Amino acid sequence: MPKNDRQPLFPQKILILGATSAIAQATARLLAERGASFFLVARDPYKLAAVASDLQTRGARFVRTLKLDLDDLDAHGPLLTATIDAMGSIDMALLAHGVLGNQAAAQADARVAEALYRTNFLSPASLITWMANYFEGRGEGCLAVISSVAGDRGRKSNYVYGASKAALNVLLDGVRNRIDRSGVHVLTIKPGFVATPMTAHLKRGPLFAEPRTVGRGILRAVQSRRDVVYLPGFWRLIMFVVRSVPARIFKNMNM
Amino acid sequence: MATVLPETVPQPPADSKQGKALEPSFESWGRYPKLPADLRPLSWTTDFPPRERPAGAMLPVGAGRSYGDVCLLEEGTLLHARGMDHLLQFDPATGILRCEAGVTLAEILDFAVPLGFFLPVTPGTKYVTVGGAIANDIHGKNHHIAGTFGSHVLRFELVRSDGSHILCSHRENRDWFAMTIGGMGLTGLITWAEVRLRPIVTRGINYRGDKFVGFQEFLELSRQAADVEYTVAWIDCVSTGKNFARGIFMQGTHAETPAPLTRSKEPKLVFPIDLPEFALNKFSIGLFNFAYYNKQRAKTVNSVVDYEPFFYPLDAVLKWNRMYGKAGLLQFQCVLPWDEDQRGITQIMKAITSSGLASFLAVLKVFGDVPSPGFLSFPKPGLTLALDFPIRPEVSFDLLHRLAAITLDHGGRMYPAKDATMTAAQYQAFYPGWEKFAAYVDPAFDSAFWRRVTGRA
Repeated sequence: MPKNDRQPLFPQKILILGATSAIAQATARLLAERGASFFLVARDPYKLAAVASDLQTRGARFVRTLKLDLDDLDAHGPLLTATIDAMGSIDMALLAHGVLGNQAAAQADARVAEALYRTNFLSPASLITWMANYFEGRGEGCLAVISSVAGDRGRKSNYVYGASKAALNVLLDGVRNRIDRSGVHVLTIKPGFVATPMTAHLKRGPLFAEPRTVGRGILRAVQSRRDVVYLPGFWRLIMFVVRSVPARIFKNMNM
Repeated sequence: MATVLPETVPQPPADSKQGKALEPSFESWGRYPKLPADLRPLSWTTDFPPRERPAGAMLPVGAGRSYGDVCLLEEGTLLHARGMDHLLQFDPATGILRCEAGVTLAEILDFAVPLGFFLPVTPGTKYVTVGGAIANDIHGKNHHIAGTFGSHVLRFELVRSDGSHILCSHRENRDWFAMTIGGMGLTGLITWAEVRLRPIVTRGINYRGDKFVGFQEFLELSRQAADVEYTVAWIDCVSTGKNFARGIFMQGTHAETPAPLTRSKEPKLVFPIDLPEFALNKFSIGLFNFAYYNKQRAKTVNSVVDYEPFFYPLDAVLKWNRMYGKAGLLQFQCVLPWDEDQRGITQIMKAITSSGLASFLAVLKVFGDVPSPGFLSFPKPGLTLALDFPIRPEVSFDLLHRLAAITLDHGGRMYPAKDATMTAAQYQAFYPGWEKFAAYVDPAFDSAFWRRVTGRA
């Protein structure tokens, strides 16, 4: 059978952690149109069902869902096994789960911060370990992780969230350094403001991007094997400036 | 610097009275009236009813493409359902699509056109949601053949603020079905709907444009084109004398020669700024009407055109309502039942031309007699005229009241989705069934429009 010339460029068997997130959905829709198969993981079974129907309707070849709280690290190994059982193999894992949290509460109470670190760092770190080892063994695969521009520098308004993402960035740098030569693509995704339920309480300014725009950017980054991608691209420049401010000035800035 | 980085806004304690949530503004397409409201996004059908019931009334809204205040609510909570945008099922054998109510017609086209399907009825913009299309029971260029959008809705789910789910169709809960189609979002939240799409083999439309002068010529063309699927006329509402009621009668059918069914490109043009008020004046509008009429040189033109410019000429420029400036615009759309000598429509046109306020794109169309399934649906057999006016406080409102009075005199009615000015007395005369409908309004729901036309504003 002649192959569609586009096909080799897109991953076909995709595991999505936090599949009900707006960015994950936007990315998955683009892949569903290209006939991809999905194993979707999230906490809310009703939302999962809606996402599954949506992807199926848009052309997904196969969709399986699993209701799971990814804070439960012991479940990660069995999750990987279940995914491989369902799809045979995995071409791409998209880690999209995370919470914005509440900075005021997290700086007042370390246990609140701990819960955020668990969801935003310990959980993805565990999944990254499982996935990296799986992909390394196969000598191929794409490990795409949604981080944030907030991880580029700590600011008083959201440094707990930022710290969880910064840790994720460093972990991904190291994993990439370890397994890139095995043929595994490790992608760090740093979105700026995205108009999603996570940011619904923020005033929508001109810097807000639509999830669909970010989804397209992720797909482009997957195809072109980028290492770190800012979405939309102008955030690379903004964050360059933010990182360049000397600490003795930065510490007095109101951000 | 503080404004450019994503940050967490400290959440006020739940019991704090001063810590009011941010109020993102929500405007209707006419940008008039401007009413503050809390906006609560609904991303999932299970997000409603909300766990914490807001203090005031609620109203579901979609893309905000209705013109007046049917999608507005002062001191209440707008349930922004645009995020409920999942496609749920499609059967290519029957063309039946089930999707959530926040899906836009543009998204349906993006999905369905490559599969060889098209909307059964489409308005002049594709950026409306399915929920909004049902709630306003919208119509299109094929009304005389296909009826309203509601005529192609097979089933939908209505969720009431008390948490009850009502499955509505021609067979189940028929009263709720009829009250919700054209029910202006007041009967409950539409979570998902089933719509029957129609097959196409190409994006192309066989187009024919005929110039006409006067209602007689328009009606003659309408008679000749009675069996043509899509018909509509652009009419010049500025010219008087021998050019009175001149226009271009446009007709189209889906072409039958198969051609690649690609997806539409996203428009790149965005109207960049709010134009100052003086930009639209008698001279500039007159010039536009002259140019538009004379763009077509021959009396009759035949061609094959893409469906985008045929159905959605204004969608090519996003945010085109900025042309009317910050103040916004007023829309007027009426339907007048048939009368022998077109006295009503002539009176309306004369009132418009003599006001000197007319706008660019006035649209004239014959409505057919396919009955609407909606109890309060706007279309009925006769002639419908739609146009917009810039807001000039001293004159625009007077003119609209005069037009409403003429409409009422001639047994017609006006379209709530395009209205910001009709009085309670006028509405109640246009829609005598309103009291029966009121019994189906969700007790927690209200809208600025509904308050106005029930005399509570």
